[in-house]
Amino acid sequence: MHPVVKLVAQRIALGMLLLLAASVLIFAGTQILPGDVAQAILGQQATPVALANLRAQMGLDQPAYIRYFEWLFGVLHGDLGHSLANGQDVAGEIMGRLGNTLFLASTAAVIAVPTAILLGLVSVRYQGRWPDKVISAVTLSTVSVPEFLLGYILMYLFAVEYPIAPSVAMVDDTMGLLAKLHAVLLPATVLVLVVLGHMMRMTRAAILNVMQSAYIETAELKGIRPFLVIFRHAFPNAISPVVNVVMINLAYLVVGVVVVEVVFVYPGMGQYLVDHVAKRDVPVVQACGLVFAAIYIGLNMLADVISILANPRLRHPK
Amino acid sequence: MAEALLEIRDLKIEATSYPPGERPRDVVLVDGVSLTLQKGRVLGLIGESGAGKSTIGLSAMAYGRGGVRLTGGTIRLRGDEIRTASAAGLRAIRGQRVTYVAQSAAAAFNPAKKLMEQVIETTLLHGLASRTEAEARAVALFAKLGLPNPDTFGQRFPHQVSGGQLQRAMTAMALCPKPDLVIFDEPTTALDVTTQIDVLAAIKEAIRDTGVGALYITHDLAVVAQVSDDIMVLRHGKMVEYGSVDQIINAPREAYTQALISVRQMEHPEKPAEAPVVLSVGQVTARYRGTHFDVLKNVSVDLRAGQTLAVVGESGSGKSTLARAITGLLPPRSGTIRFAGRELSRDLAGRSKDDLRELQMIYQMADVAMNPRHTVGQIIGRPLEFYFGLKGAAKQTRIQQLLDEIEMGRGFADRYPAELSGGQKQRVCIARALAAKPRLIICDEVTSALDPLVADGILKLLLDLQKVEGVAYLFITHDLATVKAIADSIAVMYRGAVVRYGAKSDVLAPPYDDYTDLLLSSVPEMRLGWLEEVIASRRMESAGN
Amino acid sequence: MRRIPLSALIGLVITAAYLLAALFAPLIAPYGMADVVGGVWEPSSSQFWLGTDGIGRDVLTRMIYGGQTTIAVALAATILSFTTGSILGFTAAVVGGWVDQLLSRFIDLVMAIPTLIFALVVLSVMPVTMLTLILVMGLLDSTRVFRLARAVAVDIAVMDYVEAARLRGERRGWIIFREILPNALSPLVAEMGMRFIFQVLFISTLSFLGLGVQPPLADWGGIVKENKDGIVYGIPAALYPAIAIATLAISVNLVADWILNRTTSLKGGRNG
Repeated sequence: MHPVVKLVAQRIALGMLLLLAASVLIFAGTQILPGDVAQAILGQQATPVALANLRAQMGLDQPAYIRYFEWLFGVLHGDLGHSLANGQDVAGEIMGRLGNTLFLASTAAVIAVPTAILLGLVSVRYQGRWPDKVISAVTLSTVSVPEFLLGYILMYLFAVEYPIAPSVAMVDDTMGLLAKLHAVLLPATVLVLVVLGHMMRMTRAAILNVMQSAYIETAELKGIRPFLVIFRHAFPNAISPVVNVVMINLAYLVVGVVVVEVVFVYPGMGQYLVDHVAKRDVPVVQACGLVFAAIYIGLNMLADVISILANPRLRHPK
Repeated sequence: MAEALLEIRDLKIEATSYPPGERPRDVVLVDGVSLTLQKGRVLGLIGESGAGKSTIGLSAMAYGRGGVRLTGGTIRLRGDEIRTASAAGLRAIRGQRVTYVAQSAAAAFNPAKKLMEQVIETTLLHGLASRTEAEARAVALFAKLGLPNPDTFGQRFPHQVSGGQLQRAMTAMALCPKPDLVIFDEPTTALDVTTQIDVLAAIKEAIRDTGVGALYITHDLAVVAQVSDDIMVLRHGKMVEYGSVDQIINAPREAYTQALISVRQMEHPEKPAEAPVVLSVGQVTARYRGTHFDVLKNVSVDLRAGQTLAVVGESGSGKSTLARAITGLLPPRSGTIRFAGRELSRDLAGRSKDDLRELQMIYQMADVAMNPRHTVGQIIGRPLEFYFGLKGAAKQTRIQQLLDEIEMGRGFADRYPAELSGGQKQRVCIARALAAKPRLIICDEVTSALDPLVADGILKLLLDLQKVEGVAYLFITHDLATVKAIADSIAVMYRGAVVRYGAKSDVLAPPYDDYTDLLLSSVPEMRLGWLEEVIASRRMESAGN
Repeated sequence: MRRIPLSALIGLVITAAYLLAALFAPLIAPYGMADVVGGVWEPSSSQFWLGTDGIGRDVLTRMIYGGQTTIAVALAATILSFTTGSILGFTAAVVGGWVDQLLSRFIDLVMAIPTLIFALVVLSVMPVTMLTLILVMGLLDSTRVFRLARAVAVDIAVMDYVEAARLRGERRGWIIFREILPNALSPLVAEMGMRFIFQVLFISTLSFLGLGVQPPLADWGGIVKENKDGIVYGIPAALYPAIAIATLAISVNLVADWILNRTTSLKGGRNG
């Protein structure tokens, strides 16, 4: 077997294993409470009957590992359990909301990724001169503000002072793409701003690192134009670090979505998760946690796979 | 007289230095250097580190590395002033009329592109030939430079070929656009000596056949004597002496040039094999964890008290691994190590404090062998405190004694390593080893990173200390001149095994085994025509076989 | 002594100002933390510099006390994450072997789940108290400190001077504290600034989501939550924490950058 195939297969297997371990950790995270979970959920005023009901519903009379395997078995069959708060099927709820979340996140990603890479390249090309400094200063300020505050600033400016977009991002299946895009204009912009700063800075650092290599000097001494040096000689070697940067930031974006959805009351996974954390609705929290972890692990795995594929030493072994 | 290919007048090169804790200031790297190079001639630029030779070499492309500025003088290429040329004008010169061969081809080739792509890139970019023509030209150059399978060689990636081959490929890359001038910047310095001779011969032949002019930059006078027509000796950015190769080698006028020529010609009389054996390595075999290959194979050597055993070999010969096995860092799989009459535990953890104290080590890179956050006094003082419990005034007195012994005098105890020169750093490391009052010091390539004159100073110091302290050295090196200067006995290592071992006079006298013969005959000698003689005699031998 | 560059000086001054304001909040704040002193969402005036909030409390007072809570929680979490992370990281690097493997793989696993998500999962069953918050935030973030501390220590542990100390027979304590730590300190201190900022953002986010500091205690994230409904009426009370957090974050960044640059120029030693 070609070593690259082997490495990629190993990495995917590792990702699966990691996801399995993460499911254990998420399950354990809701069990670490020293006392009685049912008591914690219902509070001190709960009646003994209500407590007993909840215990039975959560299967608390069984040992934790059995409950874990039952949960895992359910998850593998698409059964994520039922909400404690309203008894709804969690899987069904998540399906619709996941679509919304992915729509918001991918809208942001489609804008942010090319912009970040382009700005990173411009920064490198004009390193230390004014374009670099301006980009650096602007991105430093956007990464220094938490995403929910950026959300309210934009809302204040563009939904209240100069109303060009709605302050509440409502979407439903009856809306056309354009209407949907208009609805998510502000939340998507927030995500772009937040992730752009990190991505651009990391891209800049990754390319600069490559630009310091001796082979870049070789290219310069060949009389090649600066932009051509970057594209022909730096870029092929920067692919793997840049892809890594992009993936890390996409993973970050998936998390940033949680908060931004709350700000704009967007009907996605994040809003769902936060609402049910406050209600101490353990099955929903576990299910949402697992979905977010799966996306996060998947993106990181993809980054590693692309790095492996982009490495000439691995692709063309001796 | 025809117009000179390259004419540099009163060149001044500056850079901004950022010393820690001070304001940035401008420093002059090269001052008032002038030279003339005619078409088809080779000018050697020679000097120690900091002489400005690479900086001058790159100025022929009007290139300043990392913020270096060409601030004065004229640089004319075929009469065209290039120092003040525009960026577009420079692009037309670089890679087309003037090309460059770097010291480390392994780093200078782009790892993501096939060799052929890179070799013909400039030729295509500057529109000098069609792709087919360029590739044919490259293949012809690969063949001329003695690369294996020249037709398919270019289809490989840089990491798929050896260091010596990469260096030749880089030469092919420089010659492919048919430039007027090639700058060779220490092209053989990173290579093993037996590889260097082939690359050197290939480069020389290629220069002669293509008729290009060349600047050949090196710190090794013996190398430059083989390839140059003229030599310029540089020091601290200024010219010391400039003349024909014959005059510089055979009749140097300046004291500095004379010192460079006489360097590395120290001879050390061999001590008789009378003293008791202090270290006895018996049948040691070792491999690194997780590998399935012995890096040491049944190595047996003895070292007598107060004497020096030189372990010589090229990269990958296992000579440094032997040091790690003896110190206990790499416990051998089998074999014994006897030291001062007792058998040493194989791994570090099992050794007594006295075992550790009596067996000290000095490293190649003094820079990273000293904690940058400790002062010289702390560095030398620690073994005194650790092994002998010295404190306060007694410790300070002993530190000063040791500093005197390494000829560094007062005022150094409070300095940090970063404030010392390379030679001084290595001296401090020697003092730290001596502080333990060892019976044996393992010296791992301790002079390899130093300029020749400084290295000579360190060797002399080590020899003097041996007389005074009676300490034995296990001296690991790849350099035969160093071996001659310091050894009493020699072990030649090749691929993990000792292939020749004995007293210096025996090892360095014929009849030789094949490898020792190859090794000895590959060391450049400081005389004209040496390269041709060796190559001719090797061709005759192989024809005879 | 090296001159402090202007940017670092500005950073130091602003950071110090925030710390002092947090420390002496009761002396500086014009009103009591939870006192209702005016009408709902009054605009800024000489009486209420930043106006009043959704139930008539002085926003400036809330901001000052909020800074106290936010900075205190973030600082406590940073100290916890640093001590845990760096001790484990150094141990993993110096001891190596299975200890390193075990710790590193476990940290990999924890980091495979996004920090905020993991925090939400845990907070869904834990009682939300200051102690819980500090523990959750500190321990989750210690994974990042562990990675950095381990990486820095591994880089240093392969240096010849550490090998020389091992060959001398030095104990593990000497190697960690005298050989490795002095050289690892600067990158860690610079990272500490970044981690502190991360904790400020983290606690603010949790409070904004209603899962952090609980009312009536003021904190920057909570002020946003309390006043967010005012935004659509054009009332900026919810935006002041943005200015506070951003200026604090940028200032600490500037200081951290300076510390890091100072270190690299020391380490470089290319002045020969």
